[in-house]
Amino acid sequence: MSLNPSMFIPVLPQILLLALGIVILFLDVLLPREQHRYLGWVAAVGMVVIMLAILPFMPQEQFQLTWGGMVRFDWMSYTFWMLFLFGAAVTALLAMDYPELGERGSFYLLLIASTIGMMFMASAGDLVMLYLSIETVSIPLYILAGFFVRSDESTEAGFKYLLFGAMTSAILLYGFSLLYGFSGTTDLHQIVLGIVQGKVSLPLAFTSMMLVLVGLSFKVSVVPFHFWAPDVYQGAPTPVAGFLSTASKAAGFAVLIRILFIVFPILGNQWAIVLAALSVATMTLGNLVALAQRNIKRLLAYSSIAHAGYILIGVVSGFSELGMVSVVYYLVAYLMTNLAAFGIVSAFGRVAGSDDMTAYYGLSRRSPGLALAMLVAFLSLAGMPPFAGFVAKVFIFAAAVGVGQIWLAVVGVLNSIIGLYYYLTVMKYVYLYRSENDDQPVPLSGSFKLALGVLVAGIVVIGVLFSPWFNWASVAARSMFF
Amino acid sequence: MVPIQYYTALSAILFTIGALGVLTRRNAIIVFMSVELMLNSANLVFVAFARSFQSINGQVFVFFVMAVAAAEVAVGLALIVAIFRSKHNINIDQINNLRG
Repeated sequence: MSLNPSMFIPVLPQILLLALGIVILFLDVLLPREQHRYLGWVAAVGMVVIMLAILPFMPQEQFQLTWGGMVRFDWMSYTFWMLFLFGAAVTALLAMDYPELGERGSFYLLLIASTIGMMFMASAGDLVMLYLSIETVSIPLYILAGFFVRSDESTEAGFKYLLFGAMTSAILLYGFSLLYGFSGTTDLHQIVLGIVQGKVSLPLAFTSMMLVLVGLSFKVSVVPFHFWAPDVYQGAPTPVAGFLSTASKAAGFAVLIRILFIVFPILGNQWAIVLAALSVATMTLGNLVALAQRNIKRLLAYSSIAHAGYILIGVVSGFSELGMVSVVYYLVAYLMTNLAAFGIVSAFGRVAGSDDMTAYYGLSRRSPGLALAMLVAFLSLAGMPPFAGFVAKVFIFAAAVGVGQIWLAVVGVLNSIIGLYYYLTVMKYVYLYRSENDDQPVPLSGSFKLALGVLVAGIVVIGVLFSPWFNWASVAARSMFF
Repeated sequence: MVPIQYYTALSAILFTIGALGVLTRRNAIIVFMSVELMLNSANLVFVAFARSFQSINGQVFVFFVMAVAAAEVAVGLALIVAIFRSKHNINIDQINNLRG
């Protein structure tokens, strides 16, 4: 294998991110203490620059395997790269509000390390790469969840996340080892040949698929592997919780569709049934338990579990083009929306000193702008027009109907109605309730205003002007099948 | 040569012991040891099949897994130390501030 410059294009953003991480590490040492808050700007601007820098290096229509089959470069991975970079940049901006988070170079370094892992997850073409990238994502996230070492809640969140994460990744690895054992290769594109040619018996393939599904269900918080999510989101620093619930989940779905559609297409009927059942359980349980929550971070955690259920509907209908498109579209819309929701909770939770629902009483009087942004984000989460969440849900349900899974679409719509109820309940607290702090404005930092402005604009733009995004998602979806 | 089935059977047994350990033991460090057992059962499958295929891929994978496991345990022990400082206890049933 000889090196040539074009081989570096599929790993370019990862290399640039690594360089950014090293720059931040040096700045962390060299900058005087009072200038450490600029680290967040360096990280966020650096990531936006990387997004712009890889714009000229778009993939071809046909996918490309490089580095000995380790890295698969196609539109799907490219789309997810952009998504992760955007999510990480916004998270860096949100973290700047927390001095104990945003003034520490190590925080940004861990964020960057995790983002690099996500990018490799989205473009992995080999079991070795897949396992290593999943762990590269997870290990920094364990630390980030427990970043506030003096807070019992934060260390507990980190510990629980690590414990469940380590166990499910061991199950995932066992699935990988069986796949390797019975097909004789770690290359995803060769394993599928082993299964198709009958080298791997179908029951064995099914067993290893179920083991892999367990590992990935944990990452995307699908019932019954969801129970870590509420605890971890509640205890982790809020910007980290936002990152966990969006970028990390999107990376999990990127791997899920890769494995299901590249390695196990022959078991399509079987996993469609399994995933449809999981999807119904996930949506229903997430939404019903969310109804009872009094802590806004736990509410968002259960709502994010429910959203994983909706996305699974798209995965189940993924053999149709619209199904695959709807998954990508939903992930984009969901990332924007949920980051905005967690951003608001992060900024306001810092001012109010509490994540309890009562703290949100009368927020509209204290900060009309923040309340409006919250209204946009929550209506988008609930799937109301004209916001991103609405269009994304329409695509998902249309895809389910398109492949004949009408009952799944019906369950999804019913669940959206339950969702609407608890999202609107929060908005009722924000707009109609009063509290004695009505006259105290909520101070907001410039970085937060920028991040929230971009997210709210994104939610509206993705919801109103959907055709360019739809076309992009279609290109990404087609690259899965060629 | 020992047949490959023996290795897979042993690894399945190890995996089950590890999984049961994670689910039933309450001491955080023993839980971590059980997770290691699960990882090593996968390693055993990799090595056994790599030997029977006469290919190096599986062996290399095991090295990566060992490195990752070490990193994971380092983070885990750090978190356990942080928890032990405030609670003076590492029983996972008592790590329960977060619920709702």
